[in-house]
Formats: sequence, structure tokens, C-alpha cells
Amino acid sequence: MGANNKMQRSFILPVATRYLMPLMLVFSVFLLLRGHNEIGGGFVGGLVAASALMLYAIALSPSALWKLLPLDPRFIAGAGLMISLISGLIPLFNGLPFMTGMWIEQSLPVVGKVGTPTLFDLGVYFLVIGVVVWILLEFAEDE
Amino acid sequence: MTTLSFSIFAGFLIALIAPFLTRLLKHRAAFVLALYPLTVVIQLILLQRETSNAPTITFPWVTSMGLWMSFTLDGLAFLMAMLIAGIGMLVILYGGEYLRDDPHLERFFLWVIIFMASMLGVVISGNALMLFVFWELTSISSFFLIGYKFEYESSRAAAWQALLVTGGGGLAMLAGLVLLGQITGSFEINRWIQDVTLIQESKLASAAFILILLGAMTKSAQFPFHFWLPNAMEAPTPVSAYLHSATMVKAGVYLLARLLPVLGGLALWNQVVPWIGLLTLVCGALLALGQTDMKKLLAYTTVSSLGGMVFLLGLGTPLAVKSAMLFLLTHALYKGTLFLVAGGVDHSAGTRDIRNLGKLAKLMPFTALAAGLAALSMAGIPPLIGFISKEYVYESTLYYPNLPYLLTGLAVLANVANVAVAGWVGLRPFWQKPQEKKEDIHPHHESIWLWIPPMVLAIFGLGMGIFSQGAAQTWVAAATSAVLQKVTQVKLSLWHGLTPMLYLSLVTLIIGIGVYLVAHKLIPFFTTLWKKLSHIGPNIMYSRIMRAFLSIAGWQTRLLQSGYLRYYIIIIVVTSVLLSVTTFLTRYNRFPIPQWINPRFYDVIFIVIIIISSLLVIRANSRLATITFLGAIGFSIAILFLLYSGPDLAMVQFAIETLTVILFVLVIYQLPKFTKSNYPIHSNLVNIIVSVAGGLMMTGLMLLTSAIPSNSELAEFYMQNSLSLAKGRNVVNVILVDFRGLDTMGEITVLMIAAIGVFALLGLKQASKGGGKQ
Repeated sequence: MGANNKMQRSFILPVATRYLMPLMLVFSVFLLLRGHNEIGGGFVGGLVAASALMLYAIALSPSALWKLLPLDPRFIAGAGLMISLISGLIPLFNGLPFMTGMWIEQSLPVVGKVGTPTLFDLGVYFLVIGVVVWILLEFAEDE
Repeated sequence: MTTLSFSIFAGFLIALIAPFLTRLLKHRAAFVLALYPLTVVIQLILLQRETSNAPTITFPWVTSMGLWMSFTLDGLAFLMAMLIAGIGMLVILYGGEYLRDDPHLERFFLWVIIFMASMLGVVISGNALMLFVFWELTSISSFFLIGYKFEYESSRAAAWQALLVTGGGGLAMLAGLVLLGQITGSFEINRWIQDVTLIQESKLASAAFILILLGAMTKSAQFPFHFWLPNAMEAPTPVSAYLHSATMVKAGVYLLARLLPVLGGLALWNQVVPWIGLLTLVCGALLALGQTDMKKLLAYTTVSSLGGMVFLLGLGTPLAVKSAMLFLLTHALYKGTLFLVAGGVDHSAGTRDIRNLGKLAKLMPFTALAAGLAALSMAGIPPLIGFISKEYVYESTLYYPNLPYLLTGLAVLANVANVAVAGWVGLRPFWQKPQEKKEDIHPHHESIWLWIPPMVLAIFGLGMGIFSQGAAQTWVAAATSAVLQKVTQVKLSLWHGLTPMLYLSLVTLIIGIGVYLVAHKLIPFFTTLWKKLSHIGPNIMYSRIMRAFLSIAGWQTRLLQSGYLRYYIIIIVVTSVLLSVTTFLTRYNRFPIPQWINPRFYDVIFIVIIIISSLLVIRANSRLATITFLGAIGFSIAILFLLYSGPDLAMVQFAIETLTVILFVLVIYQLPKFTKSNYPIHSNLVNIIVSVAGGLMMTGLMLLTSAIPSNSELAEFYMQNSLSLAKGRNVVNVILVDFRGLDTMGEITVLMIAAIGVFALLGLKQASKGGGKQ
């Protein structure tokens, strides 16, 4: 942010972000996991996670976010799309039509019931994070 | 048969491995990859031995739509498949040497093997839709192979042309196949043959026939679509030999042969197909006489020969079908050889212009031998198989009930050209002195893998002529039986006694030799003639049509794509308003009044906030104020969602509003000056009208949806089955990821594409910024 050099930098935002961002990320995972039964889901979870990451970019700097991200957002988005596609392909190997929901009978602790729709939602989650962060960072880096 | 059908799919896998293999082994990968067509050849021969009737196998494809993958290997498929796999093997070996030091050798292998597998698919598919899929795959691989030297403009243009012409014909053919499918209720070609009376009585039959014929004509380079084939000579020579002479261009001939029992009974067949073939036969031959490039000479005679095959199939008599099948085999053998020879000559001497070539026999004795054999076959001289083939063609035309002398005369004319071209390409560069000596041509010796493949083909042509009662006779008999749908005997022999056909052959040969000898006068004459006529030729028509397409595209882009966001918004809003109003007026007589529900007091608060913010947005004097008021509207709407039990919606709306603010923060320093007040009054007036109309439309639509009770059972279905079928209590999410998961899949794909678009656009902007600084 070019303007930051001229302006007095706020201390509150970066410090608050240190605590807020992990909380928001945890919250986004929470939204993702409870999505099937309660309010939430991969899309909204992804949006919340993306806002958390962008908050970090604004509070510190876009390049700090680049350093923080373990993977390129383009890769995250592509991987998300891939995960969703694979979740649709799994039933094909069991002789069922494309995208038939298949579930593991046993509920897992914390996560609850797991099946191909869960995997699909996970793909949506990653894709939304990737796409939003990618686009916004594109704008941020424009200077 | 199972292994054969699997080996088609295996071909696609092998093609994918081929590039890695090529990186590992360099040009020696050819020896490994050639094993694939070799196994196919062995499978074919074993299958042919073990059963006399056509083996068939069926796999489920989309059973819910009644689609099955069926593969049949009848005599016709066998003949084609043998050519595809056999010549394919030689071409891979040859290509490895020919493109030895080429940096893109792996692409050659990749696409040649993809082509081979698809072409095998075309000939053994029993299902018309599968045939179409493989057919288009051959067009695509042809596109990539013609454009192999993509650095050259001419290569790319030729590749495009071939793809557009054959692809366009392919679409017409698809429509025709679908029509036949509609008539019979099946896409199995065998069913069509059984239901032939049903098809012939249908009114759609002639439409289907013409559409399918268009597909065959474009693929097999029939007049007036012949122009792409000579242009496709931009491809490396092994590709020309394989795709554009021996196999792919015969797909159209194959299709006509395959559908002869289905459509041959139509009156149109006999009225149209022979004439198209005849026209192509003669035009190709005459056009060939104006060429000096070895490959162009061969290409135009290929066009002519393809015309001959279509012509014979068009006649449709048992004799003509026999001749067509024999000609198919013969032509692949001698033309494949000559193309490979032309490649060898080009490789050695660096030119393919017959005027500059001569006396190469000393340097390239084996190539010269192969070329000589193939040329003799092409000229129809015994004991080569080309002689038998030509006798058969003359016999079919002479004993045809209508206009036998005209047909025979034109056939003789085309064959005269064949004799001359055979001499020019197969004999002259090796034995005669060059007509114009060029100093910079220094031919080198032939390399072994550049003469073995053409030699093998040439020897086959010789062997099949001498031992004509062997493989050639069996194969042609089987293919003819498959086309005519009844067991047909074929007897091939070199000597028939003193028949009229023999005299015709003799006449052809004598005139042909005459034409061969006056080449130095004849070629320039025809070259200038064709140059003069070229401005009315189909090649020019093609480029005119392409230019017209581009200018229409440009015109409508300038019309619709102004590049200003406000215009896009105006167009979108106006279009939706018009469409909604039209739909409303045609469906409802009066506006249904929804039931009035008293709002709660906290509803009113947010509604008031929304109204006030909307008014303030219009008056706002800075971007910050605008974004704040818009944010207030967005958040209030989200809260209204919450109040009216749409928590999922509300949450997404909150998140989106937040992200909008973030986006704004990121770009605020880069936006241009806020210029709201600069708009002239009339432009503001338009804005006002459009936005009010848009608002009214949305209000109307909302009232309409709440006033008309939905009679759909969907909502109930989702509510009831969400937990039991999809194991989720949140119906909204279950709809998104399970019931309508495919929609979501599409949407996230669009999201990804949008991101790529943003990336590309911003990248462009950055690039132009960088350029602007200079």
C-alpha cells in the first residue's frame, strides 16, 4: 500500500488481526463442517476464510500474505475444483451415476457423517478461498 | 474382438506416454511405438483367420439413453484397419528418421498415434455416434499435424482451413446421422441396414443423405471442398503420406461405402454421388497437371483418385463396388509409397520441385527402386496391382447402363494424368537430367529408414499384383461382401484376354507417355491457366467467406462491446426489463395483487434505512460516501434476510459485503477522479429512466412471485428427502451440494474462469501501462 508510507500506520489493526485471523479461519472451518446440518457450508466458509486472509493483507501487506500462504491461491482454487470433480467421480468407480452421494456409515468424531458431498463442499471451500484471494491480490499488487 | 476394441483405447494411452518416451529415447522411440500398430496388425490377421462372419462386441455406454458402444470388424473395416495399422507402422518408423532432429518430434508421435487410434475407431465402430466422435478426433489430430510447423503462417492457415472445412462437414454429417437415428430409433448401423425400407419411405431420408454426403465430401476432399487437401501439404511428409493420402481422406469414401446399403436405394444417390465423384476425378487430374512440387502433384492426383472412388461407389453396381474397394487398397499402396519417396527426396536434395531434380538414382538407388515400382503401379502397368485396379475401373464404366462412353472417356482422361504424374514424380527425378540446374542443390545419400518403409509398401504393390489370387483377392472380396451385404466372389488376375479394357489401358498408357514427355510445355501452360482461373476457385471463396465472418464479428463487437461499464449495465438492464415485460404481457392479463402482510416495526427500520441510503447514494459527492451508503443497503438487506428466516442467504450477503469493502480498500488509491457530476443532462436522463425501470421490474417480479402460489412439488420433495436421502438437515446446503450438485459444479467452474479472466485483464492492463511509460 503506497499510501501507508505517508500515513501514520495504525497499530490496532495489525495487532488485532494477529488474533482475529486465526479465529476467523477456525470459524470458517466450523461453518464448512456444520454446513450439512446447520447454517453454513463450503461457500460461506470459503468467503469467511478469504476475508480473514484479506484482512491480514490489509493490516500488514499483500506481500506478507503471499509469504504466509503455503500455496499459490491459483493452486488452491484449481485444487478445489479438482477435489469437487473427484468427489463426483468416486461413485463412477462403484458403478453409480456421476455425483451420486455416497456416505461412510460410521460417523466420525467432531466432523460427523462424511461422504462424497462433504468432499464436494470441501472443494467449493478451497475454490472460493483461492479465487477470492487470487482476484483481490491481483488488485492489490497492481501498484 | 475384445482385445481389438481395447487396443483402440490403449492407443490413446500410448499416445499420452509417447512424449515422455520420446524425451527418453529421442528418435529411437519410433521403434518402441511402432510395436503398437504391429500388435494391431497381428490381432487383425488372427481375427480374420478365426471367423468368417464379422465379429461384433458391445459395451454399455449410456444405457439410460439406449446407447451402446459396439464394434464390428467386417470385411470393409478389416481392409481399412489393415491399411491404417500397416501404413501407420511404416510411417512411425519413417517419421522417427525424417524428423530426427526436430525439437517437436514428441508431438508428431503423440498426434499420429492419437490419429491412428481414432481412425481405427472410425472404421470398426458399429454405432453411428461413436463413429462421429472418432471422426472428429481424426479431424483434430489432422489439425495439429498440419500445423506441426506452427512457426509458419502458412502452416497455421492450412491447419485452420482443414479443420474448418472437415469440421463443418462433420457437423452436417452429425445432423444427418441424428436424422437417421430419429427415423429408426437407433444409432446402430446394423439396425439401419435392417430397417432400410423404413428409411427409404421417410421424408427425412433425402435430407439425411445430403447432410451425410456433405460430411463425406469435405473429409474426402470432393469438389468443391477439395482445396484444403493440397494446402494440407504444409504438414511434414510422413503425415501427408499417412493422413492425407492413405487413410484419413478415405474416411469419406469409407462412410459412403458403409452407408451404401442404407442410403444406396435412394434415387438421389445415383443422381448425385457419381457426378460429384466424376467432377472431382477430372478436376483433380487437370489441376495436377499444373504443378511442379512433388507433394502438390501427388495431392491433386489424390483428390482425383478419391473422386474416382466416390464415383464408383456412386454407380453402386456390384462391379463398381468391387473396383472401388480394389482401388482403395491399390491407391493407398502406391500413393503412400510415392509420398514417402517425395519426403526422402526432399530430405536428401532439399527441394521437391521436379524441374530442379534429376539423376538421383545413383545416390538413392533403393528410393529410386521403390519410386519406380509405385510409379508403374500408379500408371497401371502389369504386373503391378495398379494395372488390375485400372482394368476393373474401365470395366465398371464400360458396362454401366447410362452414358458408358462419356464415363469411360473421362476415366481415361484422369488416368492419362495419373500416368504422366507417376512419371514426373516416380521416374524423372531419379533417371532424367534436371530441367533447370540449380547450384545450391547438393543431394546426399539416402538413410536406411527413409527407404525401407516406401520399399515395403512398393513390394506389397508388386506382390499383390503377381500373386493377385492371394491376400488382395480375399480382402477385396470380404470388403465388397460387407458393402453389398451379400457374399460376393472376386477374381483378380493380370490377364483377361484381349478385352476392350486392355485396349483402353494401352491407349491410356500411350497418351500418358506423350503427356509425360511434353512436361516442359504442358506444366507452364496449365500453371498459368489455373492461376488465371484461381480468382473464381473455391479456395478464394473460402478466404472471402472467412473474411466476411471476421468483419461481421468485428461489426457486432463494435456495436455491443463499447468497453464502458455503464453501457454494459444499461444493455443488461434494458434487455432484462424488455424480456420480463414481454413475458408478463403474454402470460397474464392483469397484475396479481399479493396479500398484504403488516410489517413488524424492526422491518420498517431497515426498510427506511435502505430507502434513505438509496437516495443518498445518488447525491453522494465522493466515492467513500457512495461505498458507505451501498454498504448500508447491503447490510440492511442481509438483516432482512435474517428476519425472514433466510440465514444462509444473510450470511453469504454479509460475507460478500465485507469482501466488497476489502476490494474497495485495495483499489481506492488507483481509481480515477470521481466524475459523477460531469455527465451531460441527457445522459443522466437515460440513466434515471433505465435505473427506475430496472427497479420497477425487480419490484414487480418480487410481488409476482409472492402473489402466485408456487404449485411445484419440488420444495416439498427437498424438505422430505433431505435427511433420508442426503443425510443432511440443512436443506439449502443439501440442495447445493447434493440434489443440484451438478449446477454447483458448473457455477464453481464459472467462478474459476472468471478469476482467470480477471487475471488476464489485469495482466493486460499492467502490460499496457508498462508500454505507456516510454
